[in-house]
Amino acid sequence: MTFRLSRRTTAIPLSAVAVLSLALTACGGGTTKESTAGDATAAPSTSSSAAADPNAPLKEGLKIAYLPKQLNNPYTDVEVGGGKVAVGEIKGEYKLVGPNDASASSQVSYINTLIQQQQDVIVVAANDPNAVCPSLNQARKAGIKVVTFDSDAAKTCRDAFINQATTQGIGQSLVKMASELAGGSGEIAVLSATPNATNQNSWIEVMKTELAKPENAKLKLVKIAYGNDDDQKSFTEAQGLLQTYPNLKVIVSPTTVGIAAASRYVSSSSYKGKVAITGLGLPNQMRQFVKDGTVKKFALWNPADIGYLAAYAGGALASGQITGAQGEKFKAGKLGEYTVGASGEIVLGPPTEFTAANIDQFDF
Amino acid sequence: MTAVGLPGVTARRSSLDLVLRARELGIVLALALLVAVTAISNPRFLSAQSIRDILLGTAILAVLAVGQAVVVITRNIDLSVGSVLGLSAFTVGTLLRDNPGLPVVVALLVGAGVGGVCGALNGVLVRYGNVPALVVTLGTLYVVRGITYFWAGGQQINADELPAGFLDFGNATLLSVPYLVLIALLVLVVTGLVLRNYRAGRELYAMGSSPQAAKLAGIAVGRRTVVAFLVSGALAGLAGVLFAARFGTIDAAAGTGYELNVVAAVVVGGVAVFGGSGSVWGAALGALLLTTIGSALAVLEINQFWQQAIVGGLILLAIGADRLVAARVAASLKKRGSHVS
Amino acid sequence: MSAETASVTERPSPLAGRFANWNVAIIALTVLVLIVASASVANFGTSQNFGFLVLDLLPIALVALPMTLVIVTGEIDLSVASTLGLSSAVMGYLWNANQPIETIIPLCLLLGAVLGAVNGFFVTVLGLPSLAVTIGTLALYRGLAFVVLGDGAVADFPALYTDWVTGTIGGTPIPNVLIIVVALAVVFGVVLHATPIGRAVFAVGASEQAARFAGVRPGRLKFWLYVVSGLVAGLAGVLWTLRYSSARADNGAGLELAVVAAVLLGGVSIFGGKGALPGVIAGVVLLASLQNALRLSDVSNEALNVVTGVLLIASVLAPNLANAVRAAVSRRRHRTESLHRSSSRKDLS
Repeated sequence: MTFRLSRRTTAIPLSAVAVLSLALTACGGGTTKESTAGDATAAPSTSSSAAADPNAPLKEGLKIAYLPKQLNNPYTDVEVGGGKVAVGEIKGEYKLVGPNDASASSQVSYINTLIQQQQDVIVVAANDPNAVCPSLNQARKAGIKVVTFDSDAAKTCRDAFINQATTQGIGQSLVKMASELAGGSGEIAVLSATPNATNQNSWIEVMKTELAKPENAKLKLVKIAYGNDDDQKSFTEAQGLLQTYPNLKVIVSPTTVGIAAASRYVSSSSYKGKVAITGLGLPNQMRQFVKDGTVKKFALWNPADIGYLAAYAGGALASGQITGAQGEKFKAGKLGEYTVGASGEIVLGPPTEFTAANIDQFDF
Repeated sequence: MTAVGLPGVTARRSSLDLVLRARELGIVLALALLVAVTAISNPRFLSAQSIRDILLGTAILAVLAVGQAVVVITRNIDLSVGSVLGLSAFTVGTLLRDNPGLPVVVALLVGAGVGGVCGALNGVLVRYGNVPALVVTLGTLYVVRGITYFWAGGQQINADELPAGFLDFGNATLLSVPYLVLIALLVLVVTGLVLRNYRAGRELYAMGSSPQAAKLAGIAVGRRTVVAFLVSGALAGLAGVLFAARFGTIDAAAGTGYELNVVAAVVVGGVAVFGGSGSVWGAALGALLLTTIGSALAVLEINQFWQQAIVGGLILLAIGADRLVAARVAASLKKRGSHVS
Repeated sequence: MSAETASVTERPSPLAGRFANWNVAIIALTVLVLIVASASVANFGTSQNFGFLVLDLLPIALVALPMTLVIVTGEIDLSVASTLGLSSAVMGYLWNANQPIETIIPLCLLLGAVLGAVNGFFVTVLGLPSLAVTIGTLALYRGLAFVVLGDGAVADFPALYTDWVTGTIGGTPIPNVLIIVVALAVVFGVVLHATPIGRAVFAVGASEQAARFAGVRPGRLKFWLYVVSGLVAGLAGVLWTLRYSSARADNGAGLELAVVAAVLLGGVSIFGGKGALPGVIAGVVLLASLQNALRLSDVSNEALNVVTGVLLIASVLAPNLANAVRAAVSRRRHRTESLHRSSSRKDLS
């Protein structure tokens, strides 16, 4: 190689950039995170159009589009399946689009497409609460109502959020199940989704508060592992947890991917029977492990109801029955009447616990 | 680059073997060091269960790496292996779901067959379409994955839909060695022996060292190229079946991004990307090293995020080391050459 | 290259001639797709959709420019998407550390250049194969991005900047970022096709040894191409972060394959020495508008995977087949001299 790098030629452009950056900072004073903290992006106000008219008729032929975190996910399929039923009930047009990977950027392209297609309602589960925000606000400017489900977007860029259960309720129920399975004392570990998953993190926070209470003093949370909602990664992480913590009694996995992967690992390993698995899971995925004794109990709300409720909330928004303000009421078909909570949250209800005794009554 | 592939130069080959073995020895040493450090910090790393988990993880990657090594030795590359694995896993999963009575052997053959067809298509396009391997296999990476998504739609095949016999095969052992590991070993040994001791195998090295010279020497370069891709495809298909048996949950995204891990394993294992040198043993060792690093990081409680960076560093280190070895070999050959003449 | 032009003038067959020049074919195909999509796909031709389209193709278009030059020299840079990701992660990290954005952006560009220089060092100074080197740095840079920012996301970038990236020029429907793309495309186009640097790039790609005899220093040239490639990837990382106002370590993951696909689709030979920038731009626009149109027509993303792959292979296969057909025809015509000709052509391709 005849390559010879002249020192001077390298140094000049590189240092020029550095100098330039310093100069810019020096004269501009600079825009920093703190200096911009106050001026949050102005969002279209939620009640801009008109006051809610609870007696307005539900419009027919509404175009309601579902944009889950990603397609090809069994849990998502159940959720949007419920949505499809509800959209049919209110005589709307149902549409399902979404990326194959749970990335925020690909969701943005889909939101843009939905704006072009002039949908009436977008029901979205945000992969990144902020990345989808500008596009969602663009959609709302175009008159589209935005309902989030499953995983909320920033509050300034959606009209309503369907919350599967209160954060408090889920966190408490997770600790309760873990405590029962551990017999009241011992080491427990959490196998979560991604470290920035909004839902899982808030549940884990509640779990920590619960564990700090005197009645749970003998339970020790040794580790929070992240399986990234990826089957294999969760599998490997479960493996790692059991290797690292020989006295582990319970793995709590508040995500359907994690609990299934952990159960599958334990059911085929020498840890079967020694370590209990619990958390949030889908009955169809967990049936096998409940029947072979790996899993004694786990919980979940009915995901189909989330999609179902989202369609009715979207319909109510698009028909002007509600605007997303606290205290407004609307009817959601078979689920009955719901009231909009603080900052546009609509809570579905308490989770169901599944055991060997009742699991065969559920098919989702 | 090196003269490894030239048949009949036995005297030189033995000295070269020594150097190349030193290359593989390097990986073994790195592996030993890694295991020792991890085991000292957490003895459970060496428990039977833990070793079994590592070997099971390695088995799939190693089968892919062996196939990739065969292609890379001929101075080609196969980026489609991850997609082929996904297609094969989903095909076999669907087949077993619909016909639970099917013997495991049939599943293995179907998987390898599906992969073989994809591989042959790659080979034909490379050879007879005169399209560079990188372009063809990048293209089929997209096409095959797209077909799998089309076919699978939103469905996922869950463990409870697969016959118990197949899932048992994923966990069962023979003399406490898991079947998956045995299959990987079988693939490794057979491929290794063919490459080393048979004319067809040596010709692959010759093609990689110098395609023109190989053609002039009367080697059926076209047929060999197609066969090399066929082998890589078939092994990727086989790996798909192993994947299905091991994980039990299969969707259209199975194996996404595997191609880079496989190429990394092969490169770390000392197979030169410009063909003509390296061995499947090295590639398999590379696969073992990468898998062990993944496990060790979890046990050592080092932030998992470091894993990818470490793999990247290892690749750079490995090709740098190879460069050094190659330079030494070239120098020593020159010396010998002048002696003989 | 010379072989093709020679054969075009030599053979009157218009079909074969047109196919041989993939560059013209791809531009024509792109225009055709744009026309058909505007006419048949509802909402494709709107100005708002044009804006979305430009924003979607922005990162690929930017990174494809230096990638074209790198591939023309016979090398490759697979680390670009990871460089983009690391640039984005560092941007988020520094923003969280309360650094002014006016410092962060130049630093991210500088970082990109340094990462490119690392590639350049391994490839030109140590003489390692670029495919292996950049697969290594692909993993390394992406890994470092996760080390820097973990799995979290940093948001709340100043609206002034994020609005500019997603905004349009004045009242026109032309997105602001289009200025950057067009300006850089012109610069790269001029450099590649109308300066001694560009001639050196082609010369090195055609034959490194011959280029060296002609006074070009291939190592030095390639080193700087890698630096530029890294710099542009760093810029793409900044724009990506501002567009989604979200800095994440996984931003742009997998983009390298899309970029390489677009460049090859644009008629650049993976073996180096052949290619033109207009074709590459057409390749980028073609892939992005196909994706956009298919999505608007509710065709799943999977279809696009298949289309991308097939187009990619066809972009190399079609000219080869055309050559083969032409060779067969000429063989029939000039039975006597055919042997000599076809064999010499094969050597050149």
